[in-house]
Amino acid sequence: MPKKAIRKKIQYSTSEKIFYAITYTIITLLMLVVLYPLIYVVACSFSSPNAVITGKVILWPVDFSLVGYQEVFKDSSVWIGYKNTILYTVVGTSINVAMTLICAYPLSRKGLPHKGFFTFLFSFTMMFGGGMIPSYLLMRDLHILNSFWVMVIPGAMAVYQMVIVRTFFQTNLPGELIEATQVDGCNDIRFFFQFALPLSKAVIAVIALQYAIGHWNDYFNAFLYLSSESKYPLQIYLRKILTMAQVAANAAEDDELASALVGLSELLRYALIVVATVPILCVYPFIQKYFVQGVMVGSLKG
Amino acid sequence: MLAKLRKKYSRYWQLYLFLIPPVLYILIFAYYPMLGVQIAFKKFNLVKGIWGSPWVGFYQFEKFFKAYQFKNILTNTISLSFYAVMASFPFPVVFALALNVMTHKRYKKIVQTITYIPHFISIVVLVGMINMIFHPMNGIYGTVAKAITGEFPKDLLANPRAFPHIYVWSGVWQNFGYNSIVYVAALSGVSAELHEAAEIDGASRLKRVFHIDFPAILPTVTIMLILRMGSVMSLGFQKIYLMQNSLNLSASEVISTFVYKKGLASGVSNDYSYSTAIGLFNSVVNLIMLTVVNAISRKVGETSLW
Repeated sequence: MPKKAIRKKIQYSTSEKIFYAITYTIITLLMLVVLYPLIYVVACSFSSPNAVITGKVILWPVDFSLVGYQEVFKDSSVWIGYKNTILYTVVGTSINVAMTLICAYPLSRKGLPHKGFFTFLFSFTMMFGGGMIPSYLLMRDLHILNSFWVMVIPGAMAVYQMVIVRTFFQTNLPGELIEATQVDGCNDIRFFFQFALPLSKAVIAVIALQYAIGHWNDYFNAFLYLSSESKYPLQIYLRKILTMAQVAANAAEDDELASALVGLSELLRYALIVVATVPILCVYPFIQKYFVQGVMVGSLKG
Repeated sequence: MLAKLRKKYSRYWQLYLFLIPPVLYILIFAYYPMLGVQIAFKKFNLVKGIWGSPWVGFYQFEKFFKAYQFKNILTNTISLSFYAVMASFPFPVVFALALNVMTHKRYKKIVQTITYIPHFISIVVLVGMINMIFHPMNGIYGTVAKAITGEFPKDLLANPRAFPHIYVWSGVWQNFGYNSIVYVAALSGVSAELHEAAEIDGASRLKRVFHIDFPAILPTVTIMLILRMGSVMSLGFQKIYLMQNSLNLSASEVISTFVYKKGLASGVSNDYSYSTAIGLFNSVVNLIMLTVVNAISRKVGETSLW
């Protein structure tokens, strides 16, 4: 408390006040620049088709309506996409977290023979890779093209995340703790489950979120490797609707009908964007408190 | 001898057990495709496969260097990459320094929460938002331009000259907040005593930003810059591909999109070998860049990745 009292007493000089004013202004402006497009999209999604295409929406919904959302949920492919995306995200993230942890744990331990070799084996893949075609040919030869597995196995672990967890283990599992438990007859496997995992909740939360966002937003793998609609994730439908809705509207001959179609398709896009983004955003506040901790260890040189 | 070896490894067998699945994974999904890179030096034949196809040396590379699109694609890739690094790298650093100056904890927290949000938006959604916001008639861009000039503006998305700016600045918008976390974390390690001592000596807050805060995050900044430079040529395929249209192609065709089109999107005329060669060229340039930047940084700033 006394510290705070001293702070209060300091009289800021004029130049100091200007500096703070400028800093706060810049920060506030940046925040508004980030916020505005998000508000705009949400406002449009709750407006009427007519208000959207005539450009009446600026900040708040105009002629409040839920037509856009009704249209989105009428489409059965949205439901299929939702189901697939949830499935890929849950299974994929579980595999990711498990693989990352079991890889980071041994590599974080002092004295493991050939540790340098294994570390290099993993790190090198961050700098060089086979590329699009050799990977595609591999999936084809493994016969996992257009299957559930192609969405969760090829990206089973990100080396970058593994390095973050390894560094976290190195700094948060002191050698003394390991030695002390070993004296008590605790082996490496038991130590992993009884001590390493419970002590690492923060970093596990952060990497799980990172992986989950990756799966939820993944478009690339589905785009390259999937070919049947029943397996498509939400992002593929999104792309289809976001880029193609306009073509159908332009094709309509009757002017009035055309403008109604344009309005509806525009509205549909805004609503779809909200529907596809909100679920993953809901997870974020729960994990946010771990962010700095999770990223800090990653920024250390390992 | 054997007993000694056995003793050495028996102590660690459980740790090696942990490593088996990740090592198998990395060998199959990262190293096996690297072997597949050999088709860049071959004429790939579907029947004979990766190993049986005949060698052709550097034929595929020469073909790429002589292709009429080569100059255009290379220029686009390089200029877009450097523009992206120049524009997007300083923002998170300055933003973190500014956040650190703020004295209102509550407001700072709100700013952070909001500026991180765009990071969670998918690329498909981002491109969709760009298309809608910049729509010359229905978007807010069209609305505002009409209010000012009295008529609907030209379509920015069809303009090759606008493409790099939209691509780069939408990226800055999406990631500057989230990318600042690493610097915020580094700044949280600066001791308060250092600031108090400087304050007593009469250093203004601005001076302390330059002489205390910035030097404290410089090693982190250097590491991030090296990493960023190393991936300078690996432009996000997805975003560029999704932003492409027939009208902006002269500015938006880059190596990765070209690789996709030649290798997987050309139907019967898909050329696996040619496409792989172009991809390999890109990877090798990246690897060289990373090594060079790292070497320079080690000499100048004594910070290095390895």
